Amino acid sequence: MERRITFRQAINEALTQEMERDKRVVIMGEDVVGGSGTDGAMDAWGGVLGVTKGLWGKFGDRIMDTPITESAFVGAAIGAATAGLRPVVELMFVDFMGVCFDQIFNQAAKFRYMFGGKAVTPVVVRTMFGAGFRAAAQHSQCLYPIFTHIPGLKCVVPSSPYDAKGLLIQSIRDDDPVMFFEHKLLYSMEGEVPEEPYTLQLGEANVMREGDDVTIVSLGRMVHTAAEAAAALSSEGIDCEVIDLRTTSPLDEDSILESVERTGRLVVVDEASPRCNIATDISAAVAQKRFACLKAPIQMVTPPHTPVPFSDALEDLYIPNASRIASAVRDVVRYKA
Amino acid sequence: MSSAGIHALTMPKWGLSMREGKVVAWLAEEGSEVASGCEVVEVETDKMLSAIEASHGGRLRRQVGRVGENIPVGGIVGVISEDSISDTEVDAFIAEFRSSFKPEEAGQEASSGEQPEFVTVQGQRMRYLKRGEGGLPAVLIHGFGGDLNNWLFNHETLSQRGAVYAIDLPGHGGSSKQVAGPSLDGFVATLEGFLNAVTLPKAHLIGHSMGGGIAVQFALAHPERVASLVLIASTGLGPEINAGYIEGFTGALRVKDLKPHLEALYVNPKSITRKMIDEVLKTKRLDGVEQALRGIAAQLFPGGHQASVQRDRLAELKMPVLVIWGAEDRIVPSSHARGLPANITSEVIPSSGHMVHMEAATEVNRLIDSFWSR
Repeated sequence: MERRITFRQAINEALTQEMERDKRVVIMGEDVVGGSGTDGAMDAWGGVLGVTKGLWGKFGDRIMDTPITESAFVGAAIGAATAGLRPVVELMFVDFMGVCFDQIFNQAAKFRYMFGGKAVTPVVVRTMFGAGFRAAAQHSQCLYPIFTHIPGLKCVVPSSPYDAKGLLIQSIRDDDPVMFFEHKLLYSMEGEVPEEPYTLQLGEANVMREGDDVTIVSLGRMVHTAAEAAAALSSEGIDCEVIDLRTTSPLDEDSILESVERTGRLVVVDEASPRCNIATDISAAVAQKRFACLKAPIQMVTPPHTPVPFSDALEDLYIPNASRIASAVRDVVRYKA
Repeated sequence: MSSAGIHALTMPKWGLSMREGKVVAWLAEEGSEVASGCEVVEVETDKMLSAIEASHGGRLRRQVGRVGENIPVGGIVGVISEDSISDTEVDAFIAEFRSSFKPEEAGQEASSGEQPEFVTVQGQRMRYLKRGEGGLPAVLIHGFGGDLNNWLFNHETLSQRGAVYAIDLPGHGGSSKQVAGPSLDGFVATLEGFLNAVTLPKAHLIGHSMGGGIAVQFALAHPERVASLVLIASTGLGPEINAGYIEGFTGALRVKDLKPHLEALYVNPKSITRKMIDEVLKTKRLDGVEQALRGIAAQLFPGGHQASVQRDRLAELKMPVLVIWGAEDRIVPSSHARGLPANITSEVIPSSGHMVHMEAATEVNRLIDSFWSR
């Protein structure tokens, strides 16, 4: 058996190995060192959830705590990237990204294009997202659709420890700005991860489960909920293919279209708010390009169009669950025109 | 488990991680005659589709495993017996098997010592898996881009005679991705270093494809250390090699790109499961693997041909040599198995491709066993 580590450790290992391999890789962000910057038990926390723990002891000044001014330090990281470093900047919650949209949308995403390909911006912005953490409306959103919308940004949404390590290393080595989204509830998930460094190509979806009846496309934490639904449905004789997008930009549209050609039925599961999200994007692409293959209307399983509730009961109701996904799958299977 | 004239067909263990197999299709009907070694039932693991072959000739009395059923390793899948055995006796045999059968616990193999180990050879980490004990040991050498798991259908069977070491060559599997000398002589030195590191003065060598080419070169350089040589779909016996495969396999980093190349290794492309492609990609994605493979290919297969052909020197070999090939090999042509010197036994297995030791594992294992018995 291969070694098993958590999603959190996988991210930490990717950062460690890239910092060892390439001196230009530096880390910036709020509390990424933590405390007073010592290695004591109560200090050097390594970010609010301990993802960068231990790096300060190994790399010293290459890990930099920043003031609580996202626009300043994200802008600084982007500037450093254009000047030759390869910064990995951590923006604690994606919900706070609004204050530095100019730096990301209008600067980082545009440099390569506006300077005629002569400039590169090898920056990675790591950020936490997702509901289920009892963290209320301002700390629970899935804002990856907003960044997917912007040409010039790459968007990565890993779902497992193995993918997280390989995709993060690839993102750090990529010469374009990469938005790297980590679901808070995945940090403790364990999985087999090779000790050696490795890379996963950006833009290759992962077929987690093969099936011929229905294609379920999902990403991030939701792929596990989709897989749970698929397992339950298989006992009803419904054979689901589950595709994990891994990245929303670039998007592996081919894998989705090929699957729908075979199954003729599509359910897209997205934890992001329902308007202009990844589910609508995939649905539009399939409806436009494979209309003739479809045997039933496409179903989207998403939260309602509301802020993420703070009440535990309401938050649980808000997040798509396996039984809602299974019910959507049954609908497309039983559909009669 | 067998009694006089009655035999259980059981779920084999193909590889370290296998715990159960799913019955996909019965290839022999209940009540039909089966010859020893013929494929009786198709079984799918999470990595691979393969067939269980009859361990004994006789009549297939029961298809115990239903299609779609998962059966643990070692569990009963079917019953083969002589005609003199009554139905009642068959039922009693199945009942007794089931009452005494205990499936392997998760993690049990860890305690039985069947875990890969590491040695340092030429300053680099080298992974190997040892199975069996004693006897005149054997070493299994995989081919270009392979690893020790390529022997999953052979390793256990061959180790019933003694210790069998399956190695990962430099740049492959769990070994260091630094290939000090990506040349045939470099690999010969690595193999010598490995034999020294695990203290094997002399061993049987079994090499597949490029591993066969390395074994030939080693036997020519160090004949005193080689008890016998088995060359499976080996390089070194002719100039041709499928250059498109070497290039395509080396460059592929995505499932879609890799799949057609893996399929070229087998006669039946259904042998390849998604999981198996994922496993190969997991190795190919590791830092240094692509570079290592490119370095090796540039030295061993420059311009799409084998750089080293030892056909003319094979007659010098004093140890017994067995050559095995799959007739439908699309990587190294099976014509290389023809016209070899008289000291060499050559066997070409029909309906098998380059991975003949996986596709026709029972036949290959039997050929090697009887070759070693001579």
